[in-house]
Amino acid sequence: MSFSINREGEVVVVDVEGQLIVGNRQELKQKVLDELDRGEKKFLIDFSQTGYIDSSGLGVLVSLSKKIREQGGELRLANLNDDLKTLFELTKLDTLFQIADTRDRALQSF
Amino acid sequence: MPPAFNPDGSGTPPPAEVRVVELEIPSDVAFIESVVDLVRRECEAMGYAPRQISLNVPVALTEAVSNAILRGNRDDPAKHVRVRAEVDEMRLVLEVGDEGEGFDIEASLIDPALPGNVDREDGRGLFLMRSLMDSVERVDVPYGSKVRMTLLRA
Repeated sequence: MSFSINREGEVVVVDVEGQLIVGNRQELKQKVLDELDRGEKKFLIDFSQTGYIDSSGLGVLVSLSKKIREQGGELRLANLNDDLKTLFELTKLDTLFQIADTRDRALQSF
Repeated sequence: MPPAFNPDGSGTPPPAEVRVVELEIPSDVAFIESVVDLVRRECEAMGYAPRQISLNVPVALTEAVSNAILRGNRDDPAKHVRVRAEVDEMRLVLEVGDEGEGFDIEASLIDPALPGNVDREDGRGLFLMRSLMDSVERVDVPYGSKVRMTLLRA
C-alpha cells in the first residue's frame, strides 16, 4: 500500500494504491497536509487502485475534507469501485464529498 | 427414499469441509492486513461471493482487529489479539479476542448516517461491522473480551 502524489495543472492528485486503513491513514493525512501547508488548494484523491477502506480511512477523508475547506480549498474524490461506493453510501459520506466517476471529470469539476 | 451418500448406501453424508484459521498477533495495526489476507483466502477457497471477499470480510475484520488493538488492548504492545476464523460452505464465523475489559456493543453503536453524525471523523467502525456481517455479538470469556461475527455465504 502506498500513496503517490502528482500534479495536474493546479490540482494535487493523490493515488491510493492498496488499502486505506488504520495502519496507513496517517501517512495519507500527512502527505495531503504537507501540500496544504505549501499553499495548494485543489485536491483530488483517486481510488482507481484502491482495495478497501476501513472506518479509520473514511475518518481521515472527513478530516482532510474539513481542513482543506478551512483553508479555502476544494477536495474531489474519483474512481470509487462498487465496494467503495457501498461504503460511502452506507455511511452517507456520498452526501459529504464531491465524487466523480473518472479522474478527468473530477479535474474538470474544479 | 433418502439419497444414498456413500457407495454402500448407508446414507451417511460426507463430512462437510471446514477450514479454520487461528492466529495470535501483537497489538500492532501493521499486522491487520496479513490477518485479513489469510481469512480472505480461506473464504475464496470455499467459494464465497467475490463481493464478500472484497468488501464484507476485509472491512469487518479490519474493524474488529483494530478495535481489539486500539481500544481493547489500548495499543499496548505487550498485549495480544487472538483471531479465529471458521469457514464452511454455509457461514464464516470470526472471533476476535483481546485483553481488555470489553464494551457494550449496543451502547457503543453510533449511526453515522444520522444528521449531525455524517461529518464525524470517528464512530463508523461498529456500524460497518453490523452493516457488513449478518450478526455481531459480544461473547463472555473469563479473561479479556471477545467479539463474534457471522457472515452467511452468499
